[in-house]
Amino acid sequence: MRFILFAALSLGFASPALADWQETLDKARGQTVYWNAWGGDARTNAFIAWVGAQTEAQYGVRVEQVKLTDTATAVTQVISEKSAGQDSGGSVDLIWINGPNFLAMKEQSLLHGPFATDLPNARYLDLGPDAAASVDFTVPVDGYASAWRLARFVFTYDSAVVANPPADMAGFLDYAQANPGRVTHPDVSNFMGATFLKQALVEFAPDKTVLQAPVTDEAFATASAPLWEWYDALRPLMWREGQTFPENESVQQQMLNDGEVDFGVSFDPASAAGAIAEGLLPDTARVFVPQGGSIGNISFVAIPYNAANAEGAEVVANFLLDPATQAHQQNIEVLGSFSVLDPSRLNADQAALFAALPSSPALPKLEDLGPTLLEPHASWMVKLVDVWADRYTK
Amino acid sequence: MRDEGRSLRAVVAVILLAGFVLPILAGFAQTGRAAFGVLPAIGAVEWSLDPWRTLAAMPGFGTSLRLSLVTGVGSTVLALMLAAGFCALLHGRMSTAAIGRLLMPLLAAPHASLAIGLAFLLAPSGWIARAMSPWLTGWDRPPDLATVNDAWGVALIIGLLIKEVPFLLLVIGSALGQLPVRAQLAAGRALGYGRGMVWVKVIFPQVYPLIRMPLFIILAFALSVVDMAIILGPSNPPTLAVAITRWFSAPDVALILPASAAGLMQAAVVAGAIALWIGAERLARLIGRWWLSRGGRGYATGPGLWAAGVVVFTLLTLGVLALLALAVWSFAWRWSFPQALPQSWALRAWMTPGAGWGRALQTTLIIGGVTTLASLALAIAWLEGEDRARRGRAAWAQALIYLPLLVPQIGFLYGLNVLFLQVGISGGMLAVIWAQMLFVFPYVMIALSDPWRALDCQHIRAAAALGASPWRRLVAVKLPMLLRPLMVAGAIGFAVSVAQYLPTLFMGAGRVVTLTTEAVTLASGSDRRIVGVYAVLQAGLPFLAYGAALLVPGLVYRNRRELKGGNA
Repeated sequence: MRFILFAALSLGFASPALADWQETLDKARGQTVYWNAWGGDARTNAFIAWVGAQTEAQYGVRVEQVKLTDTATAVTQVISEKSAGQDSGGSVDLIWINGPNFLAMKEQSLLHGPFATDLPNARYLDLGPDAAASVDFTVPVDGYASAWRLARFVFTYDSAVVANPPADMAGFLDYAQANPGRVTHPDVSNFMGATFLKQALVEFAPDKTVLQAPVTDEAFATASAPLWEWYDALRPLMWREGQTFPENESVQQQMLNDGEVDFGVSFDPASAAGAIAEGLLPDTARVFVPQGGSIGNISFVAIPYNAANAEGAEVVANFLLDPATQAHQQNIEVLGSFSVLDPSRLNADQAALFAALPSSPALPKLEDLGPTLLEPHASWMVKLVDVWADRYTK
Repeated sequence: MRDEGRSLRAVVAVILLAGFVLPILAGFAQTGRAAFGVLPAIGAVEWSLDPWRTLAAMPGFGTSLRLSLVTGVGSTVLALMLAAGFCALLHGRMSTAAIGRLLMPLLAAPHASLAIGLAFLLAPSGWIARAMSPWLTGWDRPPDLATVNDAWGVALIIGLLIKEVPFLLLVIGSALGQLPVRAQLAAGRALGYGRGMVWVKVIFPQVYPLIRMPLFIILAFALSVVDMAIILGPSNPPTLAVAITRWFSAPDVALILPASAAGLMQAAVVAGAIALWIGAERLARLIGRWWLSRGGRGYATGPGLWAAGVVVFTLLTLGVLALLALAVWSFAWRWSFPQALPQSWALRAWMTPGAGWGRALQTTLIIGGVTTLASLALAIAWLEGEDRARRGRAAWAQALIYLPLLVPQIGFLYGLNVLFLQVGISGGMLAVIWAQMLFVFPYVMIALSDPWRALDCQHIRAAAALGASPWRRLVAVKLPMLLRPLMVAGAIGFAVSVAQYLPTLFMGAGRVVTLTTEAVTLASGSDRRIVGVYAVLQAGLPFLAYGAALLVPGLVYRNRRELKGGNA
């Protein structure tokens, strides 16, 4: 790893220091950045299109979103290119990436950088060693990915149908006993399905500190035992008796809208408000989080080692961190996802941008969301998904 | 002229070998290397059987395999029985051309859009349930019933049948055109056999050899379909082809190795199923001979035929309703259970081409147009080469045409992608156009071969006697006379191109966005209204192409009765 890093440095792939930013801007002008991002959310897609229009006007950098059904597709693409010996001019310029995908790319040395700490707008971030923008699923980012948006695990429901949503994950079992077939979660091979299980794992684990270290078989057995006990009781009471699951959270949201189930899941606290505005959920839709808080993380963008338009990608990553961009993104009428910037690093004008944002009855206040629980180390998620598949995929 | 024919044939053969066969083999070689442990990009360099062991130990692998076989073989057998029964019932009561026109919407609609519509139609909260709730069913919220994505794959089989039965009806219909059905039917009935028995004992055995190859194509397709199986099939575990697609794109890159092994396995499943089918044919031939020579007049087959008729009619109705449901959704704003129609309407989904469908439509049109024209040109060159060499088609050449349709795409596409990257043409329109041609050319070739051979030689001889050169005879006599078959072949090719999912996805590196890739992506989203727009466009384009194939020759040759092709 270190050797590769030095090799990259000596070859001139090193990230530009702040002083070289002008050079990056010059090179980026005229480039088209192929941003590989999950394409299942129309508002995110529209936001990315807006970003492209802005960067083209300001920096001459066009953005093309490559809409993925699964982020891993982009990882596979970079691996294909590497196996074909295509070490430059690659087709993926920027990836919206998190968790196991980031871990896989970082471990396989498939990422360009470190670049993130040298972006001019990185000065608005808290980049301390333990800060949320420096760690992805407990894996140090080391400048190989740049923060983009804040994600918090929330449940959506229709307040006209469900008067008292479950107070915590254990409460879902009580709810399912009273209402069989009305609870489900996305397929566990999907990120959100795995997050549903992780939320329960974090809530039930006897000792939560082990979750922050790479997983071991013994630690997993102890930490996950109460989870499986709960899940074995819940599963037969789930939608379709837990034999099949919606492919992802969007499909589950559609099922919530159709009235097939009573809860949706999302990584975006503004999802209910956004879906109401789009006509995709009834006006009475709301969000809630379990009492003890919910899992949260920061979404990152990363650049593959062989990206054809790395400079353009850096310009886009930098633009995403601009206070004006972050305020636009937090606007409920646009995307509604919370800013990743450190409020204490903003000046009065920048802070005013955030204060002026509109509100909505379906949009929770930051204090309603409770504490943010740390993501377990990425290896826990991999293990959780494997064990779940072993137990329940026959 | 023989020499000229030979050189033309040689050019076509070289294009096919270098352009089609070698890449497929090379793609398989890449996949094969990975299946046996060699993929240097992820640090796997040692030959081993580990990928196969991992594959066998994958959770749900056995179930996936079984699901593929049940849905693939089951839907093909059912489709054959239903289509044969329906033809027996309707033959003589309706012309093949009329049936073809009626079936056109379903023939033209790509699998993906049909599946999306069907999923909404059949779901517990779907259109059928909405239309009957709560006044009939008493449901004020949808019941927890597995009517789509069921663990047995019934919904997937229904979806496949809706696409396969119309295709078979058309194929059987054109085969019947080559047989003296009416006379044989009269003779059989005079000998005391019922209408159904004459079909089973006399006509069907003559039809079967003519539809055997299309059946194999259907079988291979049903065993390895991905887009329809994602939308309608079971998910935990899914069918083998879907499982492979998932493994190829799993975050754990090491899964590429067992996924490659499974890709080879998929090819073996198709080969095995075809072998099994051929074995069953042999058996049926033995039993059939004995049964025929016994001479029994058999039972009344009327009820069986009517049952087939009812089932086929139901399937066709479901198919049409599925397409209609998509159209309704594309104009909806809020449409919640149990409303039979949307509560509020909006044109928003259609008013925003900039949000994506405008570009996707343009890309689809360009790719479809180029692949279709290139495939037509190649097919014409091939057939003209055969004419000039005055030779029929060798068996190997026939096999060459069918090869891409019988080999599962998932088996070689990943390897092919790596290969393309080495050459440096991935992620572009060119790669997608080429990969789609693998599947478009065979259909164009199949559609064009029979009309081409049936061309009346006298006109061509007359032209030759008047001193026209071979090229002049081609351009001034053959092609104009073949305008209608050419347009039909082009429409089929265009429809096939529009529907391509995996080749576009893999070869375009996700960058080449067509209506189909976008529709399948959005089908896993939450907005049926946008999906409706894509699916309507996706189903509409081939429909327009077929419509043009029917109308244009009539307009061009409005004063040439024999060339309008209205009787075909």
